[in-house]
Amino acid sequence: MHYRTIFILPAFLALIACSQETQDSVSTTDASYQETLLTQLIDAEPGDVIEIPEGAFSFDRSLSLNVDGVTIRGAGMDKSILSFKGQIAGAEGLLVTASDFTIEDLAIEDTKGDALKISEGENIIIRRVRTEWTGGPKTENGAYGIYPVQTKNVLMEENVAIAAADAGLYIGQSENVVVRNNRAEYNVAGIEIENTFDADVYGNVATNNTGGILVFNMPNLKQPGARTRVYNNEVYENNTKNFGHEGTPVASIPAGSGVVVNSNDQVEIFDNDIRDNKTANVIIASAFSAEIDQAGVADDFDPYPEQIYIYDNRFDGGGNNPDGLDLQALKVAMVGPLGRLPDVLWDGYVNPARANDGPVLCVQNGHAKVINVDGPNGNANPRIVDDSSHDCAFEKLPPVALTGPLAE
Amino acid sequence: MIPTRKFAAQFSTSPFQGEVWAVILCFLVTACSADVKPVFHADENPESLSDWGMVFEGDGHLFVNEGVLPYDLATPLFSDYALKLRTLWTPDGKTVSYDPDGPFDFPVGTVVTKTFYYPRENDEWDGVVTIGEAPRLSQMSLPLSKFQLVETRLLVRREAKWDALAYVWNEEQTDAVLKRTGDIKPMTLVRDDDEREAFAYLVPNVNQCAACHATNATTKEIQPIGLKASHLNKRSNYSHGLNQLDHWIAAGLLTGDFSNAGAAPKNADWQDETASLDARARAYLDINCSHCHNPVGPADTSGLNLKPDASGPALGRCKSPIAAGGGTGGRPYGLTPGAPEQSITLFRMETTDPGAMMPELGRAVAHDEGVALIAEWITEMEGACG
Repeated sequence: MHYRTIFILPAFLALIACSQETQDSVSTTDASYQETLLTQLIDAEPGDVIEIPEGAFSFDRSLSLNVDGVTIRGAGMDKSILSFKGQIAGAEGLLVTASDFTIEDLAIEDTKGDALKISEGENIIIRRVRTEWTGGPKTENGAYGIYPVQTKNVLMEENVAIAAADAGLYIGQSENVVVRNNRAEYNVAGIEIENTFDADVYGNVATNNTGGILVFNMPNLKQPGARTRVYNNEVYENNTKNFGHEGTPVASIPAGSGVVVNSNDQVEIFDNDIRDNKTANVIIASAFSAEIDQAGVADDFDPYPEQIYIYDNRFDGGGNNPDGLDLQALKVAMVGPLGRLPDVLWDGYVNPARANDGPVLCVQNGHAKVINVDGPNGNANPRIVDDSSHDCAFEKLPPVALTGPLAE
Repeated sequence: MIPTRKFAAQFSTSPFQGEVWAVILCFLVTACSADVKPVFHADENPESLSDWGMVFEGDGHLFVNEGVLPYDLATPLFSDYALKLRTLWTPDGKTVSYDPDGPFDFPVGTVVTKTFYYPRENDEWDGVVTIGEAPRLSQMSLPLSKFQLVETRLLVRREAKWDALAYVWNEEQTDAVLKRTGDIKPMTLVRDDDEREAFAYLVPNVNQCAACHATNATTKEIQPIGLKASHLNKRSNYSHGLNQLDHWIAAGLLTGDFSNAGAAPKNADWQDETASLDARARAYLDINCSHCHNPVGPADTSGLNLKPDASGPALGRCKSPIAAGGGTGGRPYGLTPGAPEQSITLFRMETTDPGAMMPELGRAVAHDEGVALIAEWITEMEGACG
């Protein structure tokens, strides 16, 4: 726990320095606090701890921080609340473009766009932060709750993300990431790992989202992603109607999706409790199933999910009432009106250049079955795989080791 | 007050007739001279704009001080129809180094200012502004009887880096004060069809300045945006028929491996109907978008590149959004050839929802004429998606 020693000392100093000023001048639901916090963010220097006092504070424009080595700390995710209900300018609640950044124990509510965006930084800790749109799931909500992008060495833990119109907890185009013990609910995507290398996603609860946990690769970005382990999570009843904005990638996620992999490689899904996701407990798909126009895809993009390894999960229920007419028809045709689709739904796309390189999807998960919906042939010949073609194993990925000040 | 300074032309060649005239006028109109000569504050940020001596109020006019060079851009950034007076000053006659691609290299001590102002609808300032053309400077001054000064932003080249500061003009229009935390000014815009639209004019805070001016998201260094060859390569509004870059060369201000403006890249004037539609549209997207949407900019997370040399999916053609959220407007692709109403880029320009609009900062109303230009450009685009 090396990082604690780094951050406790400045926190202690800041407490001494700030306590007299802030405690007197700040009352609850105070709009004047905006000026105080803006000034602290502008004047911040490396090593500073900015304490957010207990209370609900309203903001009419976005906040931003671009100094390395700063900690923002509240009194608790239900005690220090930054409300952007009256926001009239700025695309985020808080935008951070800095490294060695820690934010913890506060809430960001009702932003017009993303709640907390952290762009291009290293050694990032996001802990016990709640991002929420308080009116519940609505299309007009902001896209992302907690949104680090192009970051390295990132810990997201014990956060709560509610009602984002895209993803509650999202990490994109990043490296070396641990996402653990968070709770995501009533988002379109609960937790999304996108174009990211080496992510461990464990101990999380994803429920009442449209899709629980997503591991995606999208085209036209600086880096693809690979090597994500999704384990020891509870992913259940992610059956909220998709309220994403039309045109966004997540808008194509069927309601009732547990864990979804799209175009990503080397993904391990194991030791999770995945249950009662009405479309399918696990979906493995290519970019061809994500409504992406091939004319708009850069040439170097690999649309095929490969080396996907599913094992030792506890599946229960699910697949009984898939979202959308096509999937409903498929289900009735395959398992009858009262049956349920197998736990693993695969769109069946295989890179023709690697057709002889062995399986892309291995499932060693008791009685769990795979349905191949035969996407390449327009779903002409969907089949529940009853042979041993997915009974295989890939070499297991090593755990992600956070480094530097985040090393454990 | 009596002007005490002798005219010492920093750039002594003939193109500086404008400045000469300004100086002559200054001797006639005593109130127009600044108490303060143009000065570089190396460490401190003075509370008053007048302490920089770049632009100042006198006798109901806004003056550009002696030795301070006004300039403008072929196609400017749209900022809620604000008019802008831009100036450049370097200390001790120091020169600026030419660069064909990026911003020029400016010496330590350089001070760039941009004053945002509006034509007032009424004599008394009531927050109601109209849409107008920037007047030609008469004797290096703007008459404040017709215009309301809102803010003056500075980029100051300090030893270590550029600093960005915003000064907000007082209601009396006599000076502007530093406002590091920014501000929001409620205003009403009167469009040409007399439609009235209330909007919140945003004065950026210091960190928000970096949101646009840190054009490389990795280095995060603040840079000028407009002070590039492609934007400056135009007929000067301040030096009688000369190209602006040629004027700067002749004045001894601009140096480097560069002979004349004809050899420099050149963006179109977005309103110049003799230029091609494509050149006008790309110039508009360049100045309004590419400070973020470039291959190393803050918006490289989106994979969308709106610099003049971008093409294909990187430019948005048939490109699905990545993390746009409500910014898609329900449209499938960045650019859908032939179908502006199916193009996210256009939606981003039309909307005024803070969570969806582009640019993210510095705009609260839609730029109808800019939207029309980009819509026409998309309409004329050949090919199809899907």
